[in-house]
Amino acid sequence: MRAPPGTRDGAGVCVLCEEGDTPQARGTAPWGARPLPRLSPAGRLRGPGGRAHVSRIGWALGRLEDGPGVDVYATAVALPRGPSFFRTESYIFCVSGDFVKVYSTATEECVHILQGHRNLVTGIQLNPNNHLQLYSCSFDGTIKLWDYVDGILIKTFIVGHKLHALFTVAHAEDSVFVTINKEKPDIFQLVSVKLPKSSSQEIESKELSFVLDYINQSPKYIAFGNEGEYVAAVRDFSLSVYFFKKKTTSRFTLSSSRNKKHAKNNFTCVACHPKEDCIATGHKDGKIRLWRNFDDDKKYTYTCLHWHHDMVMDLAFSVTGTSLLSGGRESVLVEWRDAAEKNKEFLPRLGATIEHISVSPAGDLFCTSHSDNKIIVIHRNLEASAVIQGLVKDSNIFTGLMIDPRTKALVLNGKPGHLQFYSLQSDKQLYNLDIVQQEYINDYGLIQIELTKAAFGCYGNWLATVEQRQEKETELELQMKLWMYNKKTQGFVLNTKVNMPHEDHITALCFCNAEKSENPTLVTASKDGHFKVWILTDDSDIYKKAVGWTCDFVGSYHKYQATNCCFSEDGSLLAVSFEEIVTIWDSETWELKCTFCQRAGKIRHLCFGRLTCSKYLLGATENGILCCWNLLSCALEWSAKLNVRVMEPDLNSENIAAISHSSMGSDLFVFKPSEPRPLYIQKNISREEVQWGVFVPRDVPESFTSESYRWLNRSQFYFLTKSQSLLTLSTKSPEEKLTPTSKQLLAEESLPTTPFYFILGKHRQQQDEKLNAALENELVQLPLTENIPAINELLHTPAHVLPSASFLCSMFVNSLLLSKESKSAEEIPDDVDMEEEKESDDSDEENDFTEKVQDTDNTDLGEDIIHQLSKSEEKELRKFRKVDYSWITAL
Amino acid sequence: MAGYKPVAIQTYPVLGEKITQDTLYWNNYKTPVQIKEFGAVSKVDFSPQPPYNYAVTASSRIHIYGRYSQEPIKTFSRFKDTAYCATFRQDGRLLVAGSEDGGVQLFDISGRAPLRQFEGHTKAVHTVDFTADKYHVVSGADDYTVKLWDIPNSKEILTFKEHSDYVRCGCASKLNPDLFVTGSYDHTVKMFDARTSQSVISVEHGQPVESVLLFPSGGLLVSAGGRYVKVWDMLKGGQLLVSLKNHHKTVTCLCLSSSGQRLLSGSLDRKVKVYSTTSYKVVHSLDYAASILSLALAHEDETIVVGMTNGILSVKHRKSEAKKDSLPRRRRPAYRTFIKGKSYMKQRDDILINRPSKKHLELYDRDLKNFRVSKALDRVLEPSCTIKTPEVTVSIIKELNRRGVLANALAGRDEKEISRVLNFLIRNLSQPRFAPVLINAAEIIIDIYLPVIGQSPVVDKKFLVLQGLVEKEIDYQRELLETLGMMDMLFATMTRKDSTLVWQRTSGGLLENKKVES
Repeated sequence: MRAPPGTRDGAGVCVLCEEGDTPQARGTAPWGARPLPRLSPAGRLRGPGGRAHVSRIGWALGRLEDGPGVDVYATAVALPRGPSFFRTESYIFCVSGDFVKVYSTATEECVHILQGHRNLVTGIQLNPNNHLQLYSCSFDGTIKLWDYVDGILIKTFIVGHKLHALFTVAHAEDSVFVTINKEKPDIFQLVSVKLPKSSSQEIESKELSFVLDYINQSPKYIAFGNEGEYVAAVRDFSLSVYFFKKKTTSRFTLSSSRNKKHAKNNFTCVACHPKEDCIATGHKDGKIRLWRNFDDDKKYTYTCLHWHHDMVMDLAFSVTGTSLLSGGRESVLVEWRDAAEKNKEFLPRLGATIEHISVSPAGDLFCTSHSDNKIIVIHRNLEASAVIQGLVKDSNIFTGLMIDPRTKALVLNGKPGHLQFYSLQSDKQLYNLDIVQQEYINDYGLIQIELTKAAFGCYGNWLATVEQRQEKETELELQMKLWMYNKKTQGFVLNTKVNMPHEDHITALCFCNAEKSENPTLVTASKDGHFKVWILTDDSDIYKKAVGWTCDFVGSYHKYQATNCCFSEDGSLLAVSFEEIVTIWDSETWELKCTFCQRAGKIRHLCFGRLTCSKYLLGATENGILCCWNLLSCALEWSAKLNVRVMEPDLNSENIAAISHSSMGSDLFVFKPSEPRPLYIQKNISREEVQWGVFVPRDVPESFTSESYRWLNRSQFYFLTKSQSLLTLSTKSPEEKLTPTSKQLLAEESLPTTPFYFILGKHRQQQDEKLNAALENELVQLPLTENIPAINELLHTPAHVLPSASFLCSMFVNSLLLSKESKSAEEIPDDVDMEEEKESDDSDEENDFTEKVQDTDNTDLGEDIIHQLSKSEEKELRKFRKVDYSWITAL
Repeated sequence: MAGYKPVAIQTYPVLGEKITQDTLYWNNYKTPVQIKEFGAVSKVDFSPQPPYNYAVTASSRIHIYGRYSQEPIKTFSRFKDTAYCATFRQDGRLLVAGSEDGGVQLFDISGRAPLRQFEGHTKAVHTVDFTADKYHVVSGADDYTVKLWDIPNSKEILTFKEHSDYVRCGCASKLNPDLFVTGSYDHTVKMFDARTSQSVISVEHGQPVESVLLFPSGGLLVSAGGRYVKVWDMLKGGQLLVSLKNHHKTVTCLCLSSSGQRLLSGSLDRKVKVYSTTSYKVVHSLDYAASILSLALAHEDETIVVGMTNGILSVKHRKSEAKKDSLPRRRRPAYRTFIKGKSYMKQRDDILINRPSKKHLELYDRDLKNFRVSKALDRVLEPSCTIKTPEVTVSIIKELNRRGVLANALAGRDEKEISRVLNFLIRNLSQPRFAPVLINAAEIIIDIYLPVIGQSPVVDKKFLVLQGLVEKEIDYQRELLETLGMMDMLFATMTRKDSTLVWQRTSGGLLENKKVES
């Protein structure tokens, strides 16, 4: 904590503290003791753009300015643990963490997020008796029934066990099948659950009846066939079929399984023919077996289909059963027609391993989900018609998090060999930039070309990327590519390709981003002990105009490995770290100006201070020392003991964020290089190690007045943990900031000022009293239009999911009529009104409440609208007829 | 979904001259025809009219050559002393020449004796030219004077005595019958107007002027003298536009290409440089055996004729392009097959389905797309590919290695096929740009075929050759490293401030190549 002895640290400033080192540090951490409920199960993973908002904490406490909460923003791992499927070709469901997402197949937009489960959702099935309803089961031991068209939870059945998979069968109307785990952790049972009929919202349904034992937990291993006559389950080397009518189980074991040579024919998935008695099973060695006559233990037969060379991930029969779909690691969807090996069709190059295949009930569409967080909707003639793509999960993020200066999109490794541009605002992948530009062969054990480094320069005009492939120790293939932004095509175009820019791995890459610099400059540092300066040169002759990059200078320092490089803000100085030594170079003449050496381990991070702190240089070493050097006095200003994993400067301010890692978890420190005290400390932002972080400039600056959150005013800090969760710090519920496109048409701002609006909107407020007077003692106090759920709903719901206008009309009018009765019956709206009166000025807060209210109201409306008007409502109507509306004429 | 991505073929920078349109154009001449003259060829001039004969002035003779003849079709030899500057009139029927004794003689192309003799110069006349109206002749002589002669009555019309040294070059405007320029050894180029009695514009070249040239428009003037070629803007009153210094020795002659887009200059340094007249950059350079004195281009640049000091006339004819058409052409579908159905307008209930555009793939790419790896390798091992484009072969080997199927592709070959692979390795293994990929391939081949070695004398011999090659390469590398070590020692003894100087050393990657072959 003190500056290491021997440095000229006169003041003895000590800045950053490890946990428990100084009481003051603990005291300043306002969030140290706060529970972060959503975050604690490490690595909660969500689907495409899945996110949970933890900043509800702030909301629950009722104080907005409470401070930033950690916000799980979007996480990488994919989709669906359960299958995704359709109804009537217009919706596609997918499980994403605790939620079920409903997408429109036509627009690829997320229509609804069904939230309510408290743990991972493990299975979803359409209600076979009502195709507007959806069952979902979860680890939290409940089965929920949803109306997915409106996004409403209808019922909750509490089963009590951890549910691993869910199946429905058409003829068994009041029961569903679930997989549960009884005793040992590895043994699962398929049981049928009777769902009692009751009008209440939460129903206990403990009536379980045992069907099959010793099965696999994944839903892929179980299939119901021939309209629910039998169920087939596979595990390891055996296939069990249970016949419901006969109540018998037949078990088939692959004979070759005893022979160790052929031990690769484990079952991996099973599918049943919808019409005939035929079971298709996929195997680890890529074979597909079609089983017939399995009702007889002796006479059963199977035929083999073999195309896949790797494990068959999923199988699905088409609706008529004429064709079988299979997919696996090859990323090729294979359609087997008439169950014959000859007749097969392919849809190749789907991008990533196929995880699930599902078929729409009408049979027009197929849908595959992939390991890279993607759903592809495929037409029956094997043409991809839509792609729903989230943040691509890659096992290794080498490039770190970057911000594209043009689009403000987050940029990181995407598909293999690609850079993905991901919009944080709209939670969508903008596009993939193909860097490697080679055919991707998805094969186990193959050494792929990896995109290891990338950097943006010159306000997004240039992009530098480094890719490498190393098969053996001595055989390193390196390639550096420089991409220029083309304004016409709005994309990056390859400009220069440099083969083997260095003889060893490139460790760092940085552009000179100074405003005055007329010539773009790039510096690469490498393990071969050199750093190279690349400049843009004019290649044009009389035939064409061209620019290209050439090496301008090669520098080294005593043959040490160059580990980091960094330009100062004005571009006049270049800092290159050579293992333990930091060297400062003049960028005009490339002369060595001075060196700093702390002998405190290899430098892991290096960055210059910005704006008023531009005279400081910060370095973090491998053995946990953070040093700050003053470039004017060439002396150590201060140092602190901190095991820095991530150090990121904010481009809009002097602040620098450092994330340290200890066995307890990761802690965030935000500090200015010039000030001895950190501005902000957040202990335990994540249990796991944080790998990368980045400051994202805000579009609209916030105005936090509180000292410790002022650093969040102009930028937001995002960080990525080892398990690929992308997290951010925020003070608000992300719903407010991250408005999905469907919600962007918010009523408040965009309502046209029609006469109708005047009647119901502004004038309502003004003439409230007048109206009250007119209604005399009637307690009718209509809520503001914005807060009537029906209106909200009408305005917020995308047009394509709305029912017909005639249906809406009655509902809409009804909603305007409800007032007294509904209020006395329901308590929540009452609260709302009170809240509104209190804080009608604070629109943000209000929004939050109204949305909440809307959710609960919707459930009521869903049932109400079906009924006739109640008596009290009729009474109300009559009253309204008597009301004097002469004031309207006065308008 | 995204289509098949073809294999990226590694491109290597081509050493030497860049291939541009200009290099292609100026190299597209046949090997030169050499004609021996009696003395240094001081002037070559093409007749502006068909059949584009050219007059060559050398020693005391003027030869007229036909376009493809190597023997003169006509000779004017009635000169007592050296003749200079035989120039055709615009209609190609008259020829004028100066001579060492100060006379200017006018010849009819069909005749033999001079039609006119203009007497008046006291010293050698080095430059003569017809004016634009065809009825006058301009001459400049070593007596520092420039004279204008009238052809019909062979009278001297005007004399300009403004130059203070020999007048050695001149040129009449092609548009204005009254304008002409002369260059002199007094370092000036002067433009004269026959309507006035003195020069209208005078520019200072800086060196004795050897050649002047007016652009066809008359707006630009090019002068050559010393090592410089200078371009002057006459419309701005003789402002220097650009000064070109691309020759090592005195520039002696200038010439414009027929399109006016390129300027050629010949020099004593035995080179002809071609400049673009828009950027004034050298776009091409032609080499000759001796110092160049004169240079001329035929109509449409069909022929380049260069006269040299050793009396050799070099004539280069453009290659005819008719050859390609003579090949038997495959019958292709008619134009209307391609536009069939294109004009169909979509009706109301029609659904338009566009046929996906087919991407052209190379044959090896088609094989790779279908995972026929051995076939793909076979294709790139064809002699036509290995000799012309070894980088394609190497790229495919690299791609197969990336896909992890190189061993599969190399295995199972018979004697003929494996010797083809080995031939390629022997030829290219020692090239540094291919070495990393090919060494890997060689190792795989040795691993695969080790058990069958000794069965085929042909293959065994190839292996031995490969072994010898590797051993030689290792010796090479060792020597290189020794030299580098010595140089390092030398540099270390030199006191250098700049400690950051870095010596790039060639990779000793081939050193790991020690293998035991059978």
